This record gives sequence, structure tokens and C-alpha cells, in this order.
Amino acid sequence: MSETVSEKFDAIVVGAGPAGNAAAYTLAKAGLAVLQIERGEYPGSKNVQGAILYSHALEAIIPDFRDSAPLERHIVEQRMWLLDESTSYTGAHFRSEEFNKPPYNRYTIIRARFDKWFSQQVRDAGALVICETTVTGLLKNEAGKVIGVRTERENGDILADVVILADGVNSLVGQRAGLRPDIAPKDAALAVKEILFLPKEVIEQRFNVSGSQGVVIEIAGSITGGMLGTAFLYTNKDSLAIGVGCILEDMKKQKMTPAELLERVKRHPAIRPLIEGGEMKEYAAHLIPEGGYNALPQLYGDGWVMVGDSAGFVNAIHREGSNLAMTTGRIAAETVIELKTAGKPFSAANLAAYKARLDDSFVMKDLKKYAEAPDMLLDNPHMLGMYPDFLARSAQTMLTVDGIDKRAKQREILARLKQKRSLWGIIGDAYKFWRAFK
Amino acid sequence: MSGENKPANPPAVPQINVEEKLFQNRYRVDTGRPHIRIRDERVCGGCDAKPCTVCCPAGCWRIEDGKVDLVTDGCLECGTCRIVCEPKNVDWNYPRGGFGILFKFG
Repeated sequence: MSETVSEKFDAIVVGAGPAGNAAAYTLAKAGLAVLQIERGEYPGSKNVQGAILYSHALEAIIPDFRDSAPLERHIVEQRMWLLDESTSYTGAHFRSEEFNKPPYNRYTIIRARFDKWFSQQVRDAGALVICETTVTGLLKNEAGKVIGVRTERENGDILADVVILADGVNSLVGQRAGLRPDIAPKDAALAVKEILFLPKEVIEQRFNVSGSQGVVIEIAGSITGGMLGTAFLYTNKDSLAIGVGCILEDMKKQKMTPAELLERVKRHPAIRPLIEGGEMKEYAAHLIPEGGYNALPQLYGDGWVMVGDSAGFVNAIHREGSNLAMTTGRIAAETVIELKTAGKPFSAANLAAYKARLDDSFVMKDLKKYAEAPDMLLDNPHMLGMYPDFLARSAQTMLTVDGIDKRAKQREILARLKQKRSLWGIIGDAYKFWRAFK
Repeated sequence: MSGENKPANPPAVPQINVEEKLFQNRYRVDTGRPHIRIRDERVCGGCDAKPCTVCCPAGCWRIEDGKVDLVTDGCLECGTCRIVCEPKNVDWNYPRGGFGILFKFG
């Protein structure tokens, strides 16, 4: 190891997920000497996502990515479903031919394959990528400036002018260096997922698509057992990704295991026919940093910047994360390139430009917009449980033809609502909802 | 699913337990070097909630003979046990480079 990396690098990138790859690619493309360190056997082997790729974020880095990236299906239809525990679902579907015109806006991807591809682009751009190596800490000088990383390898200390922390949601490297606190249970969702293989034609029939068209289904409601969380079902070429994630603060207060929760989702009559016969080939789990704007840590300091999940860049409301990861990775790299070109040191004062650029981008604007939403939803579990169930039962009442007149049915529905929530409670909920989402 | 408990009409999507799920995964186990450890077993003994035993997606944390038992072989490296442990009794590290879960699909 000491033979291969005895030199000092312009930048070290810790981690080879979307944020780290975006950063390393951008830096290497600009001619900087970049070392990227990944703990997995290959980039992607430790990474988990639903997964939806948002084209805009990758286009800004690799404009012609569609020519070579392993993409599954382009999304032409989004379904938003509210599921109760085991009986009914209410849903809205949006399908548009606009989504069927290239260049496509969103794709499903399989992360292990996609990350391998992305990493190859990073290597081709000139970065040195070392896998199977875990970064265990940061090196600092007497003044406290970060000057490199420590790895578990023998003679594994490596120096660089700046370190980009893209080591993922657990952010152990930053935590241990005292750069950020550990993530709180209220700010982390645990998601579990399975990949189920089915013949391509079966998927196309069941989801009403053809060619490379795909469907995403985002799911909320009391299917999550009163926990703040969502489930999802995505179509790949010849497989389906099904998963469910809930906030740990809620999960630790109840007794259903994540594996049981996923089984419950799979058994729901709205889901079961879609996945029937699928051959399960992997079971994965991952945390999602869902605390949003109010949970963001310090993002930069003397000799370091933090990007992607390690800093908590996820828009939980819109189920966006990988695009924020790629965008923060790219913007961090652009900031580093600018300082390097100007011959300026990587001091906290100079790296503050990273935060300023983020403030100007959709990343911070969107996170600020929904700053209060994560806590509001956690404090008001009935928003995603009681109301959807009420909606489902109301539909059940109105659509069951049984000789009872419609006005009587309306009175029954109203009485049911009043039983669950006072008028002021409902008005209060509406106000809280508007405040958090406006 | 054992033969004795097989329902007359098996459901279209048979319910599978966590061991069967993990069986599909690829691991390179770092034998004898668990990457997660309980700092002090007495602290677990005094913990009523034991959220680790509920929240771990891989069932690594179990209650055996009234004691919290940890087997990290099936670990998915998510970090949940560290975060839900209120007394911060989990010494949580990543496995050595190249070891642990190897996601084929992710």
C-alpha cells in the first residue's frame, strides 16, 4: 500500500457512492490528483437504494451517461397509494406521454451495477480508486486542520490538501473526528427491501408498460403500523424492487421487526398480485437520513467538506436522495477546483463557498421548504394513518350499494370522522400540514 | 416453512422469515473478528426495551435465556442497532475492507 500511495494527493474522497463518485469524477476531470477510497469489494457492494435515478443530477456531471450507464426502465407512470393494514387501498396515478419522450427524466437502476459503471467513469477520468479499504479516521495537524486520512492498512496514512467525506449515512469518519454528532433515531429511517425476479413480459403485463417503460409506486398509510414511513414498489427490466422504511424513533417503540413489516407489505391484497411468483434474490437494508434541513450538520471546515448521505442530504418528502448526493458531490468538487485554480488554501473560510453554492441550488431551497415537515409528521402520526384509513372507509361506504340512501351514508361518514377527530383538531391538522408543506 | 405447519392452501406469496431472506445474500465473513460488540453486557441486562432485538433488520440481536445475544454474521451494516441503543452500549464499526455483506444488486 505504501508503495502505491506514497504521494500526496490534491483531494481524497472517502466512499464510492453517488456523492463520492460525483465528486471524484468532477475533480479528476479537472486534472486534480484524486484518491478515492471504498471499503467494499467493488463500488456498489455496500450500497443500497430503491432505486430511482434522477437524470438532471447525473447529466450535470456526465451529459451523455445514457449511452453507457446500466439503466433499467424509464418512468412513465407514478402511482401514489395509501394502504391500510390488510384490506384496501386508495390511490392516485399519474401517467404522461411527456415522460415517454427522450431524454427521459427518471430511471429505475440497480445500484450494484450502476455504481460499478459510475466508478469506471471515475477511473477513466484519471482518479486512483482503491477498494476493500476502510478509512478509520482523519489526520489533523497541530492547528486542527484535516490533512489526510488513516486507513486500516499497514502504513495506511495518506495525505491530501482536502478530504471529501462521502462515507454514507452512518458518517463514522466525520463523527469520530468530532465533525458531527451521530444521527438521531428521529432523523433516520430504516428501509428494508427485496429484489424479486420475474420474466420481463410478466412485469410489462402487470404494470401496463412495454419496451423500457417503467412504473414507480410510492406507498403510505397504516400499512406501516402507525410508524412514520413509506413503502415502495419499482419496476426494473426483469425484476421488482419492493421495500418499506420507517423512522427509527417510531420503530423502536413497537414490536414488529422490519422483516415482518416487509412481509406485511408483500401480503397486502393491493401488492400481492403484482409480485406473485417473483423469485427473491437479495434482502437488503439501509438507513436513510430523513431529518432534512434542521438535522444538517456543519458541512465544511479546515481541510474537509461533507457531501451526500454523510451530511444528511435527503428530501424525504419527495423521496429524493441520490440526486442531492450527486449534486452536493459535484458542487463540493467545483468549489475545491476553484480554490485550487486560484491557489487559495482549503481553509474553513474558503470552503464556506461550498455552502454558499448549495444555498443557491435546489438542494438547500428544497430542504428549507420542507424544514418543518419531518418533525411535524413524526409528532402527528394520525396524518399518515387516521386520515388515509378514514378516506378508505368513506370510499367503502359510498361505493357499497346496499339500499341505504346516500345522505345517510354521508351522515355515517361524518359521524365517523367526528369520533376520530374534533373539528378544531381537523382545522389544526390542515394548518400544520399547510405550514409544513407550503 | 416446515411440513407440519403448511396451510391447506398456501398463500400466493409465502411468508418467509429473516433467516430465509438472509440466505439469498452474499457475505464474506471475517471469522473471529465481529465488527459490532456489546460494550457492557450488564447494561443490556438493565435495559427493558431492548430495541436492538426488534429493529435489527437481519435479526442479529436476539434474546437468549433472558440475555441479549449478538451474532453479526448476517449483518447488513445498516447502523440501526447503534442508533436505537439509548445507553450507547454498541461498539459499532464497519468490517475490515472487503469483508461483510456484498450486495449483488443493492
